[in-house]
Amino acid sequence: MKCTEISRIFYSKFVFRIKTAAASCSFLCCLVLIFILPKTAGAQESLFVTYTHHMEETGSLEISTKAVSGFPNGANTFLGNALEFEYGTKAWWTSEFYLDTQTTVGESSVFTGWRVENRFRTMMKEHWINPVLYVEFEDINGADKSLLEVVGHDGRSDFLERNNRSERKREIETRLILSSNFKGWNLSENLISEKNLSGEEWEFGYALGISRPLSLLATPNPCGICRENFSLGAELYGGLGTRHNFGLPDTSHYFAPVLSFKTFRGPTFMVSPSIGLNDNSHRVLLRFGVAYEIGQVFSRFSRR
Amino acid sequence: MLKKFFHAILLVLILPMFSLATVGDGNWLIQIPQKSRQKQNPFKGQAEAIAAGEKLFRANCSKCHGMEAQGRDPRLNLHTARIRNATPGELEWLLTNGSMRAGMPSWSRLPEGERWQIVSYLKNLR
Repeated sequence: MKCTEISRIFYSKFVFRIKTAAASCSFLCCLVLIFILPKTAGAQESLFVTYTHHMEETGSLEISTKAVSGFPNGANTFLGNALEFEYGTKAWWTSEFYLDTQTTVGESSVFTGWRVENRFRTMMKEHWINPVLYVEFEDINGADKSLLEVVGHDGRSDFLERNNRSERKREIETRLILSSNFKGWNLSENLISEKNLSGEEWEFGYALGISRPLSLLATPNPCGICRENFSLGAELYGGLGTRHNFGLPDTSHYFAPVLSFKTFRGPTFMVSPSIGLNDNSHRVLLRFGVAYEIGQVFSRFSRR
Repeated sequence: MLKKFFHAILLVLILPMFSLATVGDGNWLIQIPQKSRQKQNPFKGQAEAIAAGEKLFRANCSKCHGMEAQGRDPRLNLHTARIRNATPGELEWLLTNGSMRAGMPSWSRLPEGERWQIVSYLKNLR
């Protein structure tokens, strides 16, 4: 009896560790790739939720991880993670594939689904405002906590339930991205609409972002900690209700300063504390990410 | 209703791709406005700017154009008469706008000063 109990406890702890390890696997894979792959270049990320009109270079693959940790009142602390593969199909067309996982303390570590997205730059030259069309299909379950966008009436209350993988969400998300560069600053606006294909109504959201490198000129010598490698920004994002209930009531909104650090020909690190602006929002979300770009990924395998 | 909506989205997304695919690589030099052609490099002849430009080139451009700008098939070798004869303003315009149908992305995400530093490096190529 005693022996059975010990083995049961040992088994449950072992399984929990295995699950935790699986959820962290994508993050670790990304880190390993980052440090073993040679001849790569810095990634272009500077914000978490807001997209700019800057596309992935043709033939380049960016591998990144975007993690978000939340500490909701009355629910367990969670860590959601999206492992992202971004490929420059054309100079005006970027494709992305995501794998989502999450770990909730005291509950479980689970794979929550995948997403495919495409961004199309509509104008072939630089203008004051550069529009980009974005289309995403996602197949995720109810336990997903990657919070890559906030739409409709998304809010803190969604996180009070325990992990529920039985709910299936097949959703289409579109964005109109408007982005401008001016004297080193980038200002971007995203208008987001999302629809669950199981017949739910359209949900809307927004994301605004501004960012700027700390130095507008490069120094002649390679440097690790210098101003040109840092970029500061801020994001404001939230929901705008649904088609039949459009507006700000019962929506959540966040303000998030973002700091990114680009190592010389290495990975880019980003961190951003998001501060909830109303009662529906999480009080604080902590986002962090690592991005790494592999230039001309397929030409590495071609015959020289 | 939903089906019609998706068909509309597909058409909107797919048709422009085909139309763009039929437009070949244009000659980017022809498209440059006169005002941009005549822009002067604020860092002209500055050794520091050339060195900074080389660093930026290696970090951002070398994955396509090679570490010494010699080109990597099918990307352009930059030791050519076209680049040598281009004005600094023309090169800066190309970096800002790209030549997207030919695969050259826009480098507008780099601040203007850094784009001019890259131009300094390119004009110094032998």
